[in-house]
Amino acid sequence: MSVTSVDKDFDNLTFTLVADFDAPIDRVWQLWADPRQLERWWGPPSYPATVEQHDLTPGGEVTYVMTGPDGDQHRGWWRIRSVDPPKSLAFTDGFADQAGTPIAELPTTAVQMQLTERDRGTRMELRSVFDSREQMEQLVNMGMVEGMQQSVGQIDALLAG
Amino acid sequence: MVVDELTDAAVDRAFHALGDATRRDILRRCVQDDSSVSRLAAAYPMSFAAVQKHVAVLERAGLVTKHRRGREQLVRTDPDAVQRARQALDQLELAWRERVDRMSQLLAQTPDAPGPDPPESMENHPRRGPNR
Repeated sequence: MSVTSVDKDFDNLTFTLVADFDAPIDRVWQLWADPRQLERWWGPPSYPATVEQHDLTPGGEVTYVMTGPDGDQHRGWWRIRSVDPPKSLAFTDGFADQAGTPIAELPTTAVQMQLTERDRGTRMELRSVFDSREQMEQLVNMGMVEGMQQSVGQIDALLAG
Repeated sequence: MVVDELTDAAVDRAFHALGDATRRDILRRCVQDDSSVSRLAAAYPMSFAAVQKHVAVLERAGLVTKHRRGREQLVRTDPDAVQRARQALDQLELAWRERVDRMSQLLAQTPDAPGPDPPESMENHPRRGPNR
């Protein structure tokens, strides 16, 4: 099990997750820094992501489109706040309309990701901060969570094939 | 559709309501037993008006109900409403756990990183797949 701990802080509307991976720090960094790898874990299997823009520099953007089972498309973006390869990445995560324009009414989340070397492996600490309760509940209600359960089975099938 | 929107708005208010330690404490106190606002006010180092405000936020969020007994305003926690808000955060946790699972699987799947100590025995016979 990779997830070491999870903390849900109602006071600060902060979600913190610590995961330990049995892989070198550069390898884990590539999961974020390589768009082809990022798109293999960011979206649930039923809504696979295609990363279009991927500029991990301060002020740069990552844009992606997730395609659902009925061909429905959902666009999202990150705006990079800071980056320090292979140790940390901070960005704002939001949603866009079909033209790729950020949707102001939909929630954004401030994500902070930090990697540290630890016992020949890598620890990833992820912090998601919601500015408001709207953001927290909207994310949940947008169905981002649907299909998450299928992901593990799909990857197992890939490994067996 | 309309029902869904109402539900969303309810969860929305519930999160705001839960984002405060005093309000969560009020919820805990009033889940066991109804409590009057004045009794709650005595329990916290703040004014009666401040406590009343907290109760009003909880009431708007549907987390507590208020009713009168004589001159007293009694506050009662709705455990189902509290549960719904917590579920929303639990779902987020699930989403990230699944992402981390996928990351783990990817790391196991493509051992292409120049690790600090490549296993010597595999240098002449690179093997693919999960057998290691």
